[in-house]
Amino acid sequence: MIRLAVISGKGGTGKTMITAALAHLLPGSLVFADCDVDAANLELLLNPQLIRTEPFMGMKTAVIDTALCTQCDKCMDHCRFGAIERDGEIYHVNPLRCEGCAVCVHVCPVAITMQPRQTGEIKYSETSRGHLVHARLVPGAGNSGLLVHAVKKMAMELDKGCNLFLIDGPPGTGCPLISTISGTDIVLIVTEPSVSGLHDLKRVVAVCRQFRPRILVTINRFDLEQSLTDTIQTWCCAENIPVIGMIPFDPAVIESVRRGVPITDSGTTPAAQAIQILAAKLELELRDLGKKR
Amino acid sequence: MPGQIMKLAVASGKGGTGKSMVAENLAFTLSRTEPVTLVDCDVEEPNLHLFFPAPATTTDVTVPVPVIDETACQHCGLCGEFCQYGALTVLSNRILFFPELCHSCGGCILVCPNDAIHEEPKRIGTLSTSAPQPDLKLISGTLDTGSPHAVPVIRAAKKQAANDQLVIIDTAPGTSCPVVEALDGCDACILVTESTPFGLHDLQLAVDVAARLGIPAGIVINRSDGKDEETLRFCIDHDIEVMIPFSREIAAIQNRGDLLCRARPEWQKDFCALFLKCRALTGGER
Repeated sequence: MIRLAVISGKGGTGKTMITAALAHLLPGSLVFADCDVDAANLELLLNPQLIRTEPFMGMKTAVIDTALCTQCDKCMDHCRFGAIERDGEIYHVNPLRCEGCAVCVHVCPVAITMQPRQTGEIKYSETSRGHLVHARLVPGAGNSGLLVHAVKKMAMELDKGCNLFLIDGPPGTGCPLISTISGTDIVLIVTEPSVSGLHDLKRVVAVCRQFRPRILVTINRFDLEQSLTDTIQTWCCAENIPVIGMIPFDPAVIESVRRGVPITDSGTTPAAQAIQILAAKLELELRDLGKKR
Repeated sequence: MPGQIMKLAVASGKGGTGKSMVAENLAFTLSRTEPVTLVDCDVEEPNLHLFFPAPATTTDVTVPVPVIDETACQHCGLCGEFCQYGALTVLSNRILFFPELCHSCGGCILVCPNDAIHEEPKRIGTLSTSAPQPDLKLISGTLDTGSPHAVPVIRAAKKQAANDQLVIIDTAPGTSCPVVEALDGCDACILVTESTPFGLHDLQLAVDVAARLGIPAGIVINRSDGKDEETLRFCIDHDIEVMIPFSREIAAIQNRGDLLCRARPEWQKDFCALFLKCRALTGGER
């Protein structure tokens, strides 16, 4: 199984749109994961039929038994996350702030315990091109990196016979992104010709290089600012990163998102044609990688 | 108005909807009449400094991590058992420490019976402060690439602006801990969306987060193309919506690293109006 993650650094460059189109275009047996767990959108384009849902338990969180609490303040003094809150004589733990370290339990063995807490759910679904593992994080919850790990694990275990594991990744460079790219063979970075897009591309490449997947770039809406597209291509060339796709601005993209279908469904629009070329080049990359194994 | 305080966050759920554009243009416009501090809390991919080039003073953001004194350590294993993050593995003759897993909770020090652990600062990012124009202070938090924990950098960036009057905070996309940390303690937030199913889906999550934190939220629909009915229907319960139309010209200005309100000053009145609506959200006068 080859593991391919579509990522971007900057948000909103077109990861999900491209992932959904690749889901339709890449050959072989596929399994998908939406690892942008706090704003998961791939399901809006792949029309999944839910097979089952599992609860996601993040880190345990501390709970204070107010009947046993002596208001000694020790938990508050030792908590480094500001999670202990006091309302008159009543002490309680703010679950949005608690990081599950259990230091409060250690300093107060009487009134505080660590309790499991559901912070999301993992969904296993059927699509026309293969199974999709997606998730929903309770808004505001932490542990998104752990949830990403759980999503990937489910896909790799349940569909281990597939040729390709295609991942729609999160923006950024932090914990969910690191969890997404760890163990991948190829990352496809979707960027755009803006000063922010280029800046964020450089940062996300620096993170990827700590993991050694093959790095490929595609420039979305490349014709909106040709001079920056040139700058991105020059930089990628100097860094020895292949730019394997140039997707033009195309109003049909928004239309297809509104209809809830991949852009390549309608065949012949400029963006759809460009993504077909991107998919063909990716297919060669995947074949090369397959041969090396 | 001087002497009063307002902290306003710009968030979105979905990435790339125009958070930074709104934050930059608000700060640029308001700083023409009063001091403004603009804080970049999208520390994984900070971009505001690209729009306000100026010499900056940079300091390190550090977190305390344990250092084990091998001469005092008896390899009893208590620290490894206690650590909820798996950051310490105790072998028969040495300890393995994985700093990227450590949350700096200090628990290992508390449980060590031999006083063999102390803490030393470890750099995870930087804070850059600059004054790109009179009455505008920019504080940018930047997470080091490869470092997973954004929250301490966000906390440090906000702390640097703690005593400032009018603070505008640009957040990361999403709805998880970096967004919660950035929104925490703000008086109001603007949620920037686009009228696509992606934008609306993630806007609903962002509204949920703001509600959980008890922060009043208003909505900006960016790149409006006249097909905004569904988003507007959702917005009906929220008393501010501002529409910024889709225009290749606006996109081009921002893509090149310029500011809409600098290149097209006629837009300043719209951002002034947006700010007044935000102030109304917090219950009237500052």
